[in-house]
Amino acid sequence: MSRISTVLEQLSKQNKTALVPFVTAGDPNPGWTVGILKALVESGADIIELGVPFSDPMADGPVIQKASERALAHNVGLKDVLAMVKRFREDNSVTPIVLMGYLNPVEVMGYDVFCKAAAEAGVDGVLTVDMPPEESADLVAALNQSGLDPIYLISPTSHQERIAKITSVASGYLYYVSLKGVTGSNALDEQAVCNKIKEIRTHTDIPIAVGFGIKDAETAKKVSKCADAVIVGSALVNKVEQYSQDFGAITTEITTLMSSIRQALDNE
Amino acid sequence: MPKPVDLTHLTDVPTDDGHFGIFGGQFVAETLFEALDELKEVYEGCLQDPVFLKQFDDDLRHYVGRPSPLYHAERWSRELGGAQIYLKREDLNHTGAHKVNNTIGQALLAKRIGKSRIIAETGAGQHGVATATVAARLGLECVVYMGSEDVKRQALNVYRMRLLGATVIPVDSGSKTLKDALNEAMRDWVTNVDNTFYIIGTVAGPHPYPAMVRDFQSVIGREAREQIQEQAGRLPDALVACVGGGSNAIGLFYPFINDEAVKLYGVEAAGLGLETGKHAAPLCAGKPGVLHGNRTYLMEDENGQIIETHSISAGLDYPGVGPEHAWLKDIGRGDYVAVTDDEALEGFHEMTKTEGILPALESSHAIAYTKKLAKTMTPDQIIIMNLSGRGDKDIHTVASIEGIEF
Repeated sequence: MSRISTVLEQLSKQNKTALVPFVTAGDPNPGWTVGILKALVESGADIIELGVPFSDPMADGPVIQKASERALAHNVGLKDVLAMVKRFREDNSVTPIVLMGYLNPVEVMGYDVFCKAAAEAGVDGVLTVDMPPEESADLVAALNQSGLDPIYLISPTSHQERIAKITSVASGYLYYVSLKGVTGSNALDEQAVCNKIKEIRTHTDIPIAVGFGIKDAETAKKVSKCADAVIVGSALVNKVEQYSQDFGAITTEITTLMSSIRQALDNE
Repeated sequence: MPKPVDLTHLTDVPTDDGHFGIFGGQFVAETLFEALDELKEVYEGCLQDPVFLKQFDDDLRHYVGRPSPLYHAERWSRELGGAQIYLKREDLNHTGAHKVNNTIGQALLAKRIGKSRIIAETGAGQHGVATATVAARLGLECVVYMGSEDVKRQALNVYRMRLLGATVIPVDSGSKTLKDALNEAMRDWVTNVDNTFYIIGTVAGPHPYPAMVRDFQSVIGREAREQIQEQAGRLPDALVACVGGGSNAIGLFYPFINDEAVKLYGVEAAGLGLETGKHAAPLCAGKPGVLHGNRTYLMEDENGQIIETHSISAGLDYPGVGPEHAWLKDIGRGDYVAVTDDEALEGFHEMTKTEGILPALESSHAIAYTKKLAKTMTPDQIIIMNLSGRGDKDIHTVASIEGIEF
């Protein structure tokens, strides 16, 4: 069983919701990323989504766009991101890492080369936002070959047929996009989210994580009623931006935010 | 191994799932699939619907002013001393370029699907103007995204769009040009997908856009094919058109694509020179990759990041190209070449002085290559060049290069 499935199964047995933070690799500079990942683990992360910077992040709102730009100012590429994961793995062999980004950097490296290198570095899953199941047979084969989980998005507009198509190739967890929009959007409708999750569960037993629009303990708690995991991205990246000159302040701030969410999730 | 391509049936593309060989496809976030499926279904229905086709045809005739003339540039041909050059005068369309052929078609689709709001991206502003125009006519809300760099370069078109009632939103991210405007339009679409129709201006983006925009633009080639047979009694030897995303080029090429004897030349922007890296010529100097919903040739670095492009013409300043062009290049049906800013400027002046036609800087790239090509041909041979747009919008750019400020 993959590291992602193991973690989610353990939490499920304890009746707990997983907390999945997202940060962009190399933001605000490449030397701080491993330290930030460690702070996320210490403050309650069960799985970490690590953003691979891309020049044209079409599905992201301004907060994560700027994070990509800060990382790209240091020329952080996919190889550098894998090197960061490798360093993180030197003293953490339990927290799963999911790379989240866009297809083109993976295309350029080549699916096989990328998957082997990612598995070797200690990556557990890969989510490429602009790669739908229709186009991804070759990539999924390469990911499976290397023991990596292909993570897919499901959105409020995904109808039955698409949900079936997605769940037939996905593993690890499903990333349910809580609203129509880009990352960092507002106004999450808890009832609508829970209804859709119910619908998805009629197709699959793969755990469901909810992201987009979760920014604090309150929103996380609402979603945790029906989700197996909650994903927090822009709210954390905001802190990185706000304190981009001060590593200590970044870790303090993200620890505070993470701890409050962790506490809210655990006191269900 | 891919199947060998049957060169007599090149119009049977894309496949049902939007592929031109390895190119094209639908590489977008999950939220947009429902809208793409709906668009594909409605569009395919419209292609078979005589009422829709008649309305499209009537609008092109009575609103756009089609057919556009095919003009034998006799003086220019004589001075070059080679092939006879015929200009397809898309510059004479309402709004001044070929772009309106496509926006008329897509706006009719938006109406039919029942969307009340239209968004578009624009580079030179021609597509933005053409979109704002049809939105005004149909009474639809219109929002146009434009790189802030282009807003500066094309102030006249920005004002035209505002006069037409559109909201122009300058985009400050990335390189602040066309690709960033496209990113922002995609973000808007994913957020407002329920009530919004995205009118993409070129033959790129996720399926069905490349095929749909091609089909709307292919009126250019259908007319030209009839006109040249009427005027010269035969098909041309070569077609020449500029290629940014490639909509005017594919519009001219497509109806000739099974005529193997007709050579197809697409002219990209070599900017300051291909060797300098400061250009916008992905077919001549890029590699295949995935951007903006399709797999195609791109300008990218070794990490797969899209790199900044340069061209004197805002409409060609784009790091990708339509997937059908990528495919035509790979199967050897199309020849893709590039000319520099300086060559295009020279073409701009030559066309203005020799034929009394002030061309857009985009079209000036086709002019510069036609000049070279014509000289290698004989006076009994024929070139049709797509004069895709008029140059009024570029007068400021040309004047400021010559040190003149108004």
